[in-house]
Parts: sequence; C-alpha cells; structure tokens
Amino acid sequence: MKDRSLFQRLFEPPSLTEMAPASRILTYAILILWAIVVLFPLYWVFITSFKLPFQVNDGPDFLPFLDFEPSAHAWRYIFVELGNDTLRPYMNSVIIALTSTVLAVTIGSLAAYALVRIQYNVKIGTIAGFIVLLGATVYAVTQFGTPWHVTAAIALALFFFFATSFGRHFRRSLGNNDILFWIISNRILPPVVAVLPIYLMFQRVGLLDTHVAMIATYMAVNLPIVVWLMRDFFAGIPIDLEESAEIDGASRIRIFATIVLPLARPGLAATFLLVLILAWNEYLLALFISTADAQTMPLLVAAQNATRGPQWWYMSVLIVIMIAPIIAMTILLQKHIARGLMVGAVKG
Amino acid sequence: MPQASETTPPRVGFSEWIDQQTGKLFVLPAVVILLAFAIFPLLISAYLSLTKFKLAAGGFSLSYVGLRNFKKLFFGSQQYHLLGTFDAFGIFEWAVFIAALALVAYWFWRFFTGGHFNIPGLIGRLITATVMVALLWLTLATVFGGHPGSLVVTLFYVLVGVSLQFGIGLGLALLCGQAIRGRNAFRIIFFIPLMVTPVGIAYMFRMLADMQRGPLANIWQWFGLGEFSWAADPWTARLVVLIGDTWQWVPFMFIVLLAAVENMPRDQLEAAKIDGAGGWQIFRDITWPSIAPVAATIVLIRLIEAFKIVDLPNVLTNGGPGIATESLTLHSFIAWRTQDLGGSAAVGYTLLFVATVSCVSFFNFIGQKTRKTEL
Repeated sequence: MKDRSLFQRLFEPPSLTEMAPASRILTYAILILWAIVVLFPLYWVFITSFKLPFQVNDGPDFLPFLDFEPSAHAWRYIFVELGNDTLRPYMNSVIIALTSTVLAVTIGSLAAYALVRIQYNVKIGTIAGFIVLLGATVYAVTQFGTPWHVTAAIALALFFFFATSFGRHFRRSLGNNDILFWIISNRILPPVVAVLPIYLMFQRVGLLDTHVAMIATYMAVNLPIVVWLMRDFFAGIPIDLEESAEIDGASRIRIFATIVLPLARPGLAATFLLVLILAWNEYLLALFISTADAQTMPLLVAAQNATRGPQWWYMSVLIVIMIAPIIAMTILLQKHIARGLMVGAVKG
Repeated sequence: MPQASETTPPRVGFSEWIDQQTGKLFVLPAVVILLAFAIFPLLISAYLSLTKFKLAAGGFSLSYVGLRNFKKLFFGSQQYHLLGTFDAFGIFEWAVFIAALALVAYWFWRFFTGGHFNIPGLIGRLITATVMVALLWLTLATVFGGHPGSLVVTLFYVLVGVSLQFGIGLGLALLCGQAIRGRNAFRIIFFIPLMVTPVGIAYMFRMLADMQRGPLANIWQWFGLGEFSWAADPWTARLVVLIGDTWQWVPFMFIVLLAAVENMPRDQLEAAKIDGAGGWQIFRDITWPSIAPVAATIVLIRLIEAFKIVDLPNVLTNGGPGIATESLTLHSFIAWRTQDLGGSAAVGYTLLFVATVSCVSFFNFIGQKTRKTEL
C-alpha cells in the first residue's frame, strides 16, 4: 500500500471507515456552500437593519465598519417613535402563540393518551344521528331564523336521547385507529376552506379581531399535530407502571398526571416547541380573523410594504425581532424540536 | 321509583362515576373542537360555495345560486383566473399527452393482469387517473403558449418545489451522514430556515433578489441583467417564490432523511464496501430501500402542506405580475377580499378536492409500495 500514486491517494479511501481526500473535500465544499445559502439571507437582513437609507440605496455593502458605518436609527424609530405600534402586535403574538399552544398540547395530549390506552367503540349510527341533527340545526337557523342557541340546545338534547336509547342498536362501529385517522386527516383540510365559516361565526358572536378568536382558531388548527405526535410518545411508554398503579386503586386522571406525563416530558417538550413555532409563524388565519387589536407580528411585517414601500431598513428590524427568538430557540433546542419532526415522520 | 332501582347496578359514588367516564372526557374536548372548527366549517363552506354573498343592513344575506360559482370558475368569466387561458396543442404537447395516456393504459393493464383485481381498487385508480390526466392536460394547454391560472401555478409550486426540496434534502443528508467532522454544526445550521416565519422569508428574498441594490447586484450587472426586473416576468417571479419555499423546506427533508440514513444497518454497508460496490450501487441496493418508507412519509407530509402555500406569493410578489404567482389559497383570499364569498369557498373546495385526491393517490399507489419492499 506504500507506493500509491497521487491519483490513488486522492480518490481511493485509505480504509473502510475513512473517506478519500477528494470526496472529503467535495463533501465539505457542498456542505459549506449550503451553510452559506442558509446563513447569508439572515446575515443580510441583520446588517440591513443597521444601514442608513442612502447606504441601502447606493448598492450592496457587505461588511459593517468596513463598507458602511452601522447606525441604530431604524431600531430607534421602530422601538421609540413607533413604540406601542410595534410592541402591541409583539405582545399579541406572544400571548396568542403561548396560550393556544398550552391549550392545544393539553387537550391534544389527553386525547392522544386516551386513544393509546382506552378502547373505544363509536357506533356509526350515533355519528349518523349527530350529522342529521347538525344539518337540521343549520337548516332551521338559516331557513326559519330560530335563535341558534335554542336550536343547538334542542338538537343536543335530542342527540343524547338518541345516542343513549337507539344508538346501541346499530352494529357497525369505529375503533381507535379510525378516530385517530379522522383527527389527523383534518390536516389535509386547507385552512382557507375552514376559515370563511369561522370568520362568519366569530362575526356573529362579535369576537372578530380578539385574542379569544385567534387563540381558539390556532388551538383547533394545531390540535391534529399534537394528537399525532403525542400518540407515538405515549405508545412508547411501558404499560406496566400504569397497570400497577391501577391495581393500587389510582384513578385514570391521577395515573395520567403523576405517572404518564412526567415520563412523556421529552415528547411534550418537542410537541410544545413545534406547535409554538407554528402558531408564532401563522399568517393566513390571522389575515382573516384579526385586523387591528389582535394583529400579530407576521401581519405587521406583511403590512409594511403597503404602508411605507420598500423601506428595507425598518422592515429588517421588524423581521429581525420577529425571527430572532425563533432562531435562538432553534439553535438551543434543535434536538428537541427535531425529535418531534422525526417521530411524526419516521413512524408515520 | 323502586322498580328502577332493582335493575340498576349498585349505586356508585360520584368520584367513581367520574373515573368511569374519564375515557370519554379525555377525548371529548378534542373531538368537539375539531367538529366546531373543522367539520362544521367544512359543511358551511360547502353551502357557502353554492350561494351568493351580499352585505345587507346589519349583517349579510346569502342567496342560493346552485353551481353558478363553480360554473363561473371553470367555464365562465373567472376561468382565466383558476384554470388559465388555453393554447392549442402543438406536436410536443400531443407527444407528452399521448405518452402519459399510454402510461396510464399500461398501469391499468398491469392492474387487470396482476391478479389483485378488486372493485374498490378499480374505482380508486379510475379517480386518480382521471384527475391526473385532466391536470396534465390543463398544464400542457396553459403552460406552453397560454397563461396558467392559479390551479396550475399551485401544482407547479407543489410538484417542482417538493421534488427540488426532496432532492437537495436527500443529497445533503447523504453527505452529512458520512463520518465527517462538524456534523452537528451543519445539522443545526441547516435546520434553521424551517423555523423562520414565511413572511420574513418573503421579504428576505425580496431584498436578496433586488437586482440593483441587493447583494448579488454586481453579479447581475456582470451578466448584463442589471436592468432586468424579475417581478415583471411571470416565470422569474414564480421561480423566486419557489426558491424561497425551497430555502424554507429543505431542512425538513434533510433532518428526517439524515435520521433515516444514520439508522441504516452498518454491517450491510461495510460488507458492500468490502465487496467493492460502487457508490451508486450502494445507494440503489442498500441506502434507498432502507430509507424509502421514511422518504414516502415525509413527501406525503410535504405534499399536504405544500398545497396550502400562500404567505410567500402574497408577500413576495403580491400574486403578480397579474395573477402569475397566485396560488389557490391566495386566489381564494383575494376573492374573499372582494366580497365574493361564494367564489372564495368554491376555489377553496377546488383546492380541497385536488389536494385530497393527490395526497390519497400518493399514499395508496406510491407510499404503500415502499413499505412492501421493506419487508
């Protein structure tokens, strides 16, 4: 092996676990190139936020202090002169993203846990009855103008009567996997189809452009993801602990709170982070449901073009403050977030 | 009621009753929320798509118009917007179309002679084939010569975007899955774009694509493109949207495929290397079969999400020039903004239909197959 030619030394791997120098160089070159593709846009936004208007307009300047003198004028304008106009959407975003994520993870985990551990049998007849009554309710409200809460209450009462009395006579039933598939399949539903009625719904009850409306909508949209991811995490927890606790007489709620949740903490963290970021980034639903009071950061940023044209220096500041927390979180907690993605995708 | 108490089981305390019902209580909130925010709106939307919306004193009124909204979109005054303007088929279009028809015929022939014939399979294949051939015909008729509408543009984002993202993601994952130093740093850096707000990405790429003042201005000038405006040309505008979308979604493909590559059986790889198998051989016979199920799943997830694209075209190009970069969701939003709720719901339903057929077809005819080869 000693008298290898230069060509051989370049292109043949020295051992099974090592790479040939040429392919090593090529690998690094491609990876570094893509790292530049990823990082350069972020860098450009960051330095643009410290540029003066003429520096932006005169053409590309790449290095602060060498090519141009950085200035904090845009930051001062956004935070001091605009002040509340920036902070209010920011706080809205924080409140809405956090609250909706906490609610979605709580409700979704409960459902996911129950779907893993408890056997369900939903009679198809029950579902059919529910749909018929729902249709009748909508028909009654639109055609005869009956007050919607009265109609809904009557329909609900009829439904329970129906479900408890006749429901059991319909044989065919749906199991856990069907319920799970139904919950997850809601993800295929394009939000734009659902958002029109949601808009009208909130308009009816006077909740348009409020935190409540935004939180409720975001929670509902992210619920399928939570159920999907948490199901896999719960399924991975050994059942023995729960069974022994059950023999000791602990109630289900107690078992869930004291045994299952602590064990599922990594999964909860992954799901929480993923859903939080989705809620923070959401744009389309906010566009429909909020206009001013409940406006979130993506809306504020998107509206910049209309209000002040391509004033990149101000917009860069807004983009930086909108994405900085996300990027910091991504870098620090990358492993946890990626685990959420991986469980969802790898186990299907 | 003394008679009733004889037949009922012994009385249970309130806490025990609660414990028995927890199963229902755990699932009920999620089911109720999904009914209220997904199924109920879906039904109302179906009704809305059949009505004409009018603002009236103290609210609004809806009048039933039947399928007129859909008629307007598919055959009437809005046809250019949804489907595009058509151009007669040339030789190239006919060649592609006939080749595709032959492929479909071969697919059915395989199904009939394969010995697994069943009626649901036939119906599923008929629906898939019909929709796919119709979409192909639409694409051929509008892209070469005519002007594609929002449906074809959405398909462009979905098909080209997802393939591009998958290709780049797979390539990076294979490179990063080797024994190299700094793997963790690359992993973290490559992951970032996925989490960045799409609206922010849209403006970021608008700044970068600025041909006079952006960072690449010198390069454009060197090519003599300094005065060229990408926003005024339909295809370059679509390309910029596509690049932004790709920048954001490559990380998703990358991170999941990297996990799959790292989980590959090491001994097989080493045995193949000892036997002197080439890189391509190793990829085809060892790597690909072991990552194919994961690949199918993430492509499916991406397909589902890709059909919903709206932030990038809306902010990056405002749907322009004209309607050139409008996706179906953006089309629906624009219809809503102009008080055309019926039209908006109809576009939304078109999107729902195309997305569902595409995703279910992919799952049944491609996704399932990769799982079988694994066994």
